[in-house]
Amino acid sequence: MKKFKVLIAILILTNLSFAQNLSADNILKKVDANMVSKNRIIEAKMVIHGQRNDREISSKSYSEGIEKSFTEYLSPEREKGTKMLKLKNMLWIYSPSTDRTIQLSGHLLRQSVMGSDLSYEDMMETRKLYEIYDAKILRQEKIEDRNSWLLELNAKVEDVAYLRSQIWIDTEKFVPLRQDFFAKSGQLLKRCSFSDIEKVNGRWYPKKINYKDMLKNGKGTDFIMLKISFDTTIPDYIFSKASLKK
Amino acid sequence: MKIAFQLAWKNLIGAGLRTWLNVGVLAFSFLVIVFYNAMLDGWNHQAKFESIKWEYAHGQLINENYDPYDPFTVQDGHGIFPGKTADLCPILIRQGTLYPNNRMLTVALMGIDTSQRIVSIPVEKLKSKYGEFPVIMGRNMANSLKVKVGDQILLRWRDKNGTFDATEVTVSGIFKTDVPTVDNGKVWMSIQKLWEITDLNHHATYFVANQNFKNPNIPGWKYKSQEALLQDITNIIAMKKTSSSIIYILLLSIALLAIFDTQVLSVFRRQKEIGTYVALGMTRTQVVGIFTVEGSMYSVFAIIISGIIGIPLFAFLAKTGISFPTNSQDVGFAMAETIYPIFGIKLILGSILLVMVSATIVSFLPTRKITKMNPVDALKGKLQ
Repeated sequence: MKKFKVLIAILILTNLSFAQNLSADNILKKVDANMVSKNRIIEAKMVIHGQRNDREISSKSYSEGIEKSFTEYLSPEREKGTKMLKLKNMLWIYSPSTDRTIQLSGHLLRQSVMGSDLSYEDMMETRKLYEIYDAKILRQEKIEDRNSWLLELNAKVEDVAYLRSQIWIDTEKFVPLRQDFFAKSGQLLKRCSFSDIEKVNGRWYPKKINYKDMLKNGKGTDFIMLKISFDTTIPDYIFSKASLKK
Repeated sequence: MKIAFQLAWKNLIGAGLRTWLNVGVLAFSFLVIVFYNAMLDGWNHQAKFESIKWEYAHGQLINENYDPYDPFTVQDGHGIFPGKTADLCPILIRQGTLYPNNRMLTVALMGIDTSQRIVSIPVEKLKSKYGEFPVIMGRNMANSLKVKVGDQILLRWRDKNGTFDATEVTVSGIFKTDVPTVDNGKVWMSIQKLWEITDLNHHATYFVANQNFKNPNIPGWKYKSQEALLQDITNIIAMKKTSSSIIYILLLSIALLAIFDTQVLSVFRRQKEIGTYVALGMTRTQVVGIFTVEGSMYSVFAIIISGIIGIPLFAFLAKTGISFPTNSQDVGFAMAETIYPIFGIKLILGSILLVMVSATIVSFLPTRKITKMNPVDALKGKLQ
């Protein structure tokens, strides 16, 4: 039994040392390689868990790199036809009921997206993790039967919403399994849980993400990807303001 | 003229119920007009007094990027005032989120100088002896959060870079105010503390001025005098007066219509009497005068009756006020739980004049027919 424990300890140390060799930054880069693609088309549904009932909103979004994205809401009837266009750090929303396009800026970006636990600003945050955080490997942990590295991320830039974050990364698939976001004071504010990890076009990708505001009751918001395709051809007109009114 | 009043008195008393019905409707209209206007005057007075006491003081110096009617300007509408601030109280507004009992509520964080004496916000409750992070709020806000003094609530905010921070704050005081703009959705804290947690040292969204302040016209800051700040209240009350006038114009019209009908009937039924007056040597104008005085006497009676009912009733209401339920407080500007109507001389004399003049006019209109009457036919009682 004692020998077994020593063996386990050696294995863990070896694994940790492998991780150290890999370096936290390299791990983040590998994560970004999985999560960020040249372009992608996603059909998804957002399930907003309320206190009394749940709401489902389905959408189709196109994105190219980290600077261009276009989303069209498909259902429910009330949201159908609403479109969002993001180009660099600007965001426009088209509402079919008013037939108007408005540009969101400043405080509007901090509002919730259709009552979910996601803000427009969250959706706008497209910088790669290693660009905004210094990472340090803390230890290995198991998250829902998957081995993961727990990385501590400390912001290296000033204009970041969360100064500190902890991220659990699958040691085998290099995708995040969970990410906790903290306030400056250390208070846990938000948790993202990633699940249903599948291989899509040669890369591992979580098909379900749960966003949860940890300061309030409730089950948060699920973002479930129904159909994903990476690196396909997306016509240029999709990422133009004209496409909002089409 | 004396005979006109004697005849009018005799005829009106002789008419009995018909007279008292006319007088009753007219008196009711008069009381409603006086009461409603007195209520609006009382509301206007209280709203202005409370707004000056809690919010406006002698004026405000506002950052030009901040628009009090646009919450989205809170983000960037602040700055450091380069002039002297001796007669000014700085107030910085930031947005935050409170989490009372795992609920979420977006609030405006109002930083105020704890040594100020310009407005009535009880800043002494913000001193550090009341906790590490004391905050105060109005009673409506405390009710909506379901918190009491001593409770701790989690507060989340962002610093100047947009980075989230959160901590527990202690409710060190709950104040009662009739001004919803310092109560609803607002949490007050020391401006020094707000500067510290947002890294916005010496920034202010606006300043409240005392009576010694002289506007130095510094670019980037716009000064709004007390009168300009109170203009909204004045406009709302004026609008309410106009809309409410429709109700009492209707009431008054009903009363005046009754007098008009009575006069028409009098001229028709009392032709022999009219003929007799003319035969006795009165001119037609004098006869018209008798009938007009008779009609306008209704208004005199109505004012006397209104006085008998109204003076004790209004004196009582002016003393005790009229209470409104808490839900009705949220009208966008100051509205006290109890409004004390103000029965000013101008209002009462104006209303008396309105009733008397209008009653006299409607009394006169039907009597013009007398001037066209043939006195002989009138004496015979022939229909004309």
